[in-house]
Amino acid sequence: MEFLIASAIGMLTAAGLYLVLRLRTFPVILGISLLTYAVNVFLFTSGRITIGAPPILRDGVSTYTDPLPQALVLTAIVISFGMTAVVVMIALGAYLGSNDDHVDDQTHEPDEPKTEEPS
Amino acid sequence: MIHWIIAPVVMPALVAPFIVLAARYHIGIQRVLSLAGVVALIAVAAGLAWQASDGTVTLYQLGDWAAPFGIVIVGDALSTMMVLLTSVLALFALLYAIGSGWDARGRHFHALFQFQLMGICGAFLTGDLFNLFVFFEVLLIASYGLMIHSGGNVRLRAGVQYVLFNLLGSTLFLFALGAIYAETGTLNMADLAQRATLISEEATVGLRIAAVLLLLVFAIKAAIVPLHFWLPSSYAEAPAPVAALFAIMTKVGAYAIIRVYTMIFPPDLEATSGLFGIWLLPAALISLALGMVGVLAARKLDRLIAFSVIGSMGMVMVSTALFTPVGIAAALYYTIHSTLAAATLFLISDLVRTGRGSLRLKPMPPIAGASLTAGMFFAAAIAMTGLPPLSGFIGKLLILDAGFSSPLAVWVWATILISSLISVVGFARAGSIVFWKARSVAPEEGGEPPAAPTPLSYLAVGGLLALLVAYTVFAGKAHGYMTMISKQLFAPDAYISTVLDTPGKLSKPKTEEK
Repeated sequence: MEFLIASAIGMLTAAGLYLVLRLRTFPVILGISLLTYAVNVFLFTSGRITIGAPPILRDGVSTYTDPLPQALVLTAIVISFGMTAVVVMIALGAYLGSNDDHVDDQTHEPDEPKTEEPS
Repeated sequence: MIHWIIAPVVMPALVAPFIVLAARYHIGIQRVLSLAGVVALIAVAAGLAWQASDGTVTLYQLGDWAAPFGIVIVGDALSTMMVLLTSVLALFALLYAIGSGWDARGRHFHALFQFQLMGICGAFLTGDLFNLFVFFEVLLIASYGLMIHSGGNVRLRAGVQYVLFNLLGSTLFLFALGAIYAETGTLNMADLAQRATLISEEATVGLRIAAVLLLLVFAIKAAIVPLHFWLPSSYAEAPAPVAALFAIMTKVGAYAIIRVYTMIFPPDLEATSGLFGIWLLPAALISLALGMVGVLAARKLDRLIAFSVIGSMGMVMVSTALFTPVGIAAALYYTIHSTLAAATLFLISDLVRTGRGSLRLKPMPPIAGASLTAGMFFAAAIAMTGLPPLSGFIGKLLILDAGFSSPLAVWVWATILISSLISVVGFARAGSIVFWKARSVAPEEGGEPPAAPTPLSYLAVGGLLALLVAYTVFAGKAHGYMTMISKQLFAPDAYISTVLDTPGKLSKPKTEEK
C-alpha cells in the first residue's frame, strides 16, 4: 500500500512537472492539475496511512485516522479547484486576445500595442 | 478590547462583499467605502502597533480553541508593524487609483483591493503555517484579479505567467506543509518551534527537505534569483496603483522567511544550520546584482522599476541571510524603505505614462507637468538607489555595517557598492532620457496636448515621498524600534509561551478533568 501510494504520487508529480515545462498554456494547466492531485494525495498520507479506522477520536476507540490532514486536503482541493478555473479563464482571455497561447515572454517587444490602453 | 487583533482580517473581508453587493454600479460609493475601510484599517493597525511596541504579544484564539488544536492569530511587534505599513501603503495606492481613474477602468477594483488587504494582513498576523498558506492564496486570488484589471492583451499574457508561476508556488507550499506535518505532527508555528528541537539529528532528513522547500516557496514570493522570473513582466504590466500595492507582496515573502527561520528553524538548530550562509546569502547577492544590472538594461521605465524591486529585495535578503540581530534589524529598516520607494516609483511611472502614452526609454516630447513629475522621480530614484540624504542611504549603511562581521564580508560589500553604482547609472540614464532630452524633441504639430495627471495623483505620490522623508528624519527612532523587534525575534520564548500556555478549550486533556 505504501509503495502504491508513493509511486502514484511520484508518477503524478513527474508527469505534472513534464507538462508544466511545456510552452503552451493547455499542457501547463494540465500539468498543474496533475501536480495538485499529487500534492493532495501527499497531504492525505502525511498523517500516516491507516486503513478502515474512523477519523474521529472517541472514547473506546484505540485506532483512528488523523483527521487534520483530511481537513487540510479539503481546503487544498477547494483552493486548487478554484485556482484552476481562474487560470483557465485568464489563459483563454489571453489566447483569444492575442491569438497565441505561449506562456513565455515574446522575443520581440510588441510595437506600442494599442491594447495597452484600456478600451 | 481583545478582539481588535483580528480586525485587520475581518474588516476588509466584510467591506469587500459589501462593495460588490451594495455598490456594484456606483463607483463614487465604492470609493468612499473603500477609503473608509482603509482609513479604519490604518487606525486599527496603529493601535495594534502601539500596543505591541512595548514587546507584548497579543494572542487571539478563534472559537476559543487552545493553540496547537485551534487557529490562532498572533500580533507581535513585527507583524503589527507590517500590518501598519500595508495599510498606510494601501491608502496612498487607493488615493492614486481614485485620482488617476484607474479604478473606473474595469469592474470590482475596490472589492478586489479590500480582499488583497485581507490576505496580506492575514499573512502577517497568522500564527499557523497552514493559515499562512490560506492567506497567501487569498492575497494571490485577489492579486490575479487586480493584475489583469482593465484588461488588454499584454496584461493578460503577463497575468497568465503570473498566475501559473504562483500556482506552482502554492503546490510547492503544500508539499512543504505535508512534509512538515508528517515529520512533526503540527503546523502551529509556536508548537513547531518546540518540536523541531526535539527531533534527533539522525531523523531530520524529512525536516530538512521541508525547510528547504519552505524556503523555496518564500523565495518565490520574495522574488529571489533564480525564482524571480515572474516579477518583471507582472509588475511592469500591472496597473500602477496595483503595482504599488504589490510592492508589499514581495515583503510578505521576506516576512515569512524572517518569521519561520527565526522561530521554527533558528540558525542554531542543527538540522537546518548552514541553509542561509551557503544558499540564501549567495542567492541574495546574485539577485541584488542581477536586479541592478536589469535596471541598467531595461528599455522601458516600468521594467526598470520592476528590476529595481528585485534588486532591493536582494538587498533585504542579503541582510536577512546574515541572521544576526543586527542584520535582521537592518533588513527590517530597509524593507519599509524599499516598500515605500518602490511604490512611489511605480506611481511616478504612471504619471509619466499619463502624459507620454509610452514608457519607452527614448526621447519624446515633453509631458504635461513634467517639472513636478521629474522632481518626484529624482527624489524617488535617490531613495531607491540609496544615495544620501534619503532613507535608502541609511538602510544601505546599516546593511553594510551588519555585513562587516560576516565571513563573506568582502562579497557583501563589493556587491552592494558596485550594484549601487550600476543602479545610479541606470536611474540617471532613464531620468535624463525621459525628462531632460524631452526638451530637445519638438512637440507634434496640431496634436492634442497630452492630459496632465490630476492633483489627487500628485497628492498620493507626494504623500509617499513625504513618508520617505519622515522615515529618513526619524531614522534613529525607527532603527531603535527595529532593533527591539529583532531582539524579540531572536528570543521567541515570549511568543511561544503566549501561544501555547494561554488556556482555551481543549487546553487540558480530558483525563485530567475527570
